[in-house]
Amino acid sequence: MALTGLDIYKLLPKTNCGECKSPTCLAFAMRVAQKQASIDQCPHVSAESKEKLGAASAPPIQLVTIGAGDFKIAIGNETVLFRHEETFHHPAGIAVTVSDKLSEAEIGARADKIVHLIFERVGMKIAVDMACIMNDSGDPAKFAAAVKIVAQKAPVALILASDNPDSLKAALEVCADRRPLLCGANASNYQAVAALAKEKNCPVVARAKGLEALTDLTQKITAAGVKEIVLESGAEGVRQTLEDLTKARRYALRKSFRPLGYPMLTCMMGDGDSFLPVLKAAAYIAKYAGIVVTDAIEPWQLMPLLTVRQNIYTDPRKPLQVEPGVHKIGEPGSKAPLLITTNFSLTYYTVEGEVEGSKVASNILVVDTEGTSVLTAWAAEKFTTDQIAAAMNKYEVEAVASHKKVIIPGLIAVESGKLQEESGWEVIVGPKEASGIPSYLKANWGG
Amino acid sequence: MESVVEKWTTKVNTITLGATKQMGGTREKTVTVGGSSTLPYLNFEGAWPNPPAIAIEMWDREPDGWPEPLADAYADVWKDPAKWAKRAVEYGAEMLCVTLKGTHPDFGNRSPDEAAGVVKDVLKAVGVPLIIWGSGDFNKDNDVMPRVSEAAKGENCLLGTAVEKNYKTLTASCLADGHKIIGESPLDINIAKQVNILISEMGFKLEDIVIFPATGALGYGMEYSYSIMERGRTAGLSGDRMLAQPVICTVGQESWRVKEARGSEKDFPTWGDLKKRGPLWEATCAATLMQAGGEIVVMRHPDAVKSFKSLLREFTA
Ligand code: SF4
Repeated sequence: MALTGLDIYKLLPKTNCGECKSPTCLAFAMRVAQKQASIDQCPHVSAESKEKLGAASAPPIQLVTIGAGDFKIAIGNETVLFRHEETFHHPAGIAVTVSDKLSEAEIGARADKIVHLIFERVGMKIAVDMACIMNDSGDPAKFAAAVKIVAQKAPVALILASDNPDSLKAALEVCADRRPLLCGANASNYQAVAALAKEKNCPVVARAKGLEALTDLTQKITAAGVKEIVLESGAEGVRQTLEDLTKARRYALRKSFRPLGYPMLTCMMGDGDSFLPVLKAAAYIAKYAGIVVTDAIEPWQLMPLLTVRQNIYTDPRKPLQVEPGVHKIGEPGSKAPLLITTNFSLTYYTVEGEVEGSKVASNILVVDTEGTSVLTAWAAEKFTTDQIAAAMNKYEVEAVASHKKVIIPGLIAVESGKLQEESGWEVIVGPKEASGIPSYLKANWGG
Repeated sequence: MESVVEKWTTKVNTITLGATKQMGGTREKTVTVGGSSTLPYLNFEGAWPNPPAIAIEMWDREPDGWPEPLADAYADVWKDPAKWAKRAVEYGAEMLCVTLKGTHPDFGNRSPDEAAGVVKDVLKAVGVPLIIWGSGDFNKDNDVMPRVSEAAKGENCLLGTAVEKNYKTLTASCLADGHKIIGESPLDINIAKQVNILISEMGFKLEDIVIFPATGALGYGMEYSYSIMERGRTAGLSGDRMLAQPVICTVGQESWRVKEARGSEKDFPTWGDLKKRGPLWEATCAATLMQAGGEIVVMRHPDAVKSFKSLLREFTA
């Protein structure tokens, strides 16, 4: 947790000698709190105070990077419990498992499938960014062979899941340059695993049952010289997992409790149910998981999960906007309808969805309303005749709608007369709600 | 270890829907939601006595453009509300959400009497409590809802929605006929509170209100709903009585609008099996929003209902 100016002041000599170029110790403390000055500028501050300040300025949840080069993700370093308080910063890693018990051909095929779990939505690419190779065979050589295949085929960050240090060692021989996450260290093997992690500069998972045991384990691992740690509490049941995730986050943020100040990994296996692991993973992404590992691999399983992550990690401080201008739905010809809406993404995508659903190829003119919805924009005079007419000119709608008819949302029907005068176009008042669009379009523009 | 238990000061209101014979209605069962004193399933610091209840959405008319997975589940019954209601209960609905879409001027403009008839048929066909949802056209709702409310008098239904600009008629009906009410607000905490204040100023109990903060589909604004719900809930648990109401989410209706849930395999060959994709999209949205505190979840597809239920079972176990 960041220290306030007063907290810092308490750690200073309070002599107001002025050598720091601030008139008083308090003024200096305020500048340090605002990051305008560094504590080193005071020659009289004690070593003990410096250490306290250093610890307080480190992030409460360690940033952990996994992978190397282009295949790298960063997790942790979160600052809030609720996204509305600020934002969640580092999207959780989503990992798909590959068992080393499969044949080489099957491993290759699974890796290929993982590579294709990439989707484009709302103008952004979302993709599975990790593969978790499982040492189910228990055999180091088999494990290393499986890791090698996956590493070659899949440009993603790797998790090496084995509690056998020999297996981890064998696997690291083929992929240490990828800086995989070693998964992991427990109470009995941590010395060997931490040594490996230190030697190869890899992040490591600390796995213990319950937060108390984890606290103990992470302290041992850090003492062995490893900084980047991921927690796994091995909780049984969704409720206990949720509890551990929530408590660890609170310990880190509310109590600045270092031993639990790390991102957390959760694992969801299907056990024959193809929906349930996705639902659990969705809940954990919302509530603080830094990595979710799952054996789900079908696009219809991963697409919703990746979308949950995209939504939850969207910065709530920025209104989501779409590009103003003419958006084409289907392949609209010269007789296609021209609809108008705002650039608030929620509004736009609802309209887009309904237009698409109508199967009537259309043009949608998106007016820049600074990310506000139809009624809000209208009330704030960002979506009245002036702005709409200006947007119609700017984006040259005549080129796509030579019929010179334009459909406005039913909610701003009052603008129709003025807009007609101003633009010289025929202004049609469309449905009030987006859900009315398909029947309207089919009935009036379907021919 | 130090405690990180949060000391919330207030509980979410408990609300019971439906009335059995003894209570003056004809429902076989009632449904109780709310009553939690912490965030979802944080049982280590508070009670979470009632799991979220699942309502299945049905219409008073044949729907238009519902995609194949929904048609597979309901097409043979959706012309007949009584049959549709029975089917939904077979699929595990703890409540039904009867949406009076057909009364909307653009969707059939059915009369208040027709709507009341549908509600009576559904009440006769099944024994679960009802949510009755107007068409959203203010004028029409103000004609239809009083008739419908009267037709369901004494059944302790949940009627919606009351909005800032149109709440008086519905509130008066619910008061007169013994129903609970849904107060709707457009992803805005202050309007949510305002609607509750307006409704309660008519003599309606705050404990009989359910908040509908507007639901965004997964991928299309779900995060707005998520954070509005979470903000409202943390305020409600911290003593704000105007935000201590249970929350309803229309997950089914929103999910099945979006192309990820309804787009055919022909149009989106890399997205995989629509019959799984659609229901899972819906269930995933429900599972995520549940973490922000939704108490009543209105859903559509039986497979989505089934898997969301198994998730809730694990949370309750
Ligand atoms: S140099 Fe140090 S002791 Fe001197 S005024 Fe600045 S803060 Fe105070």
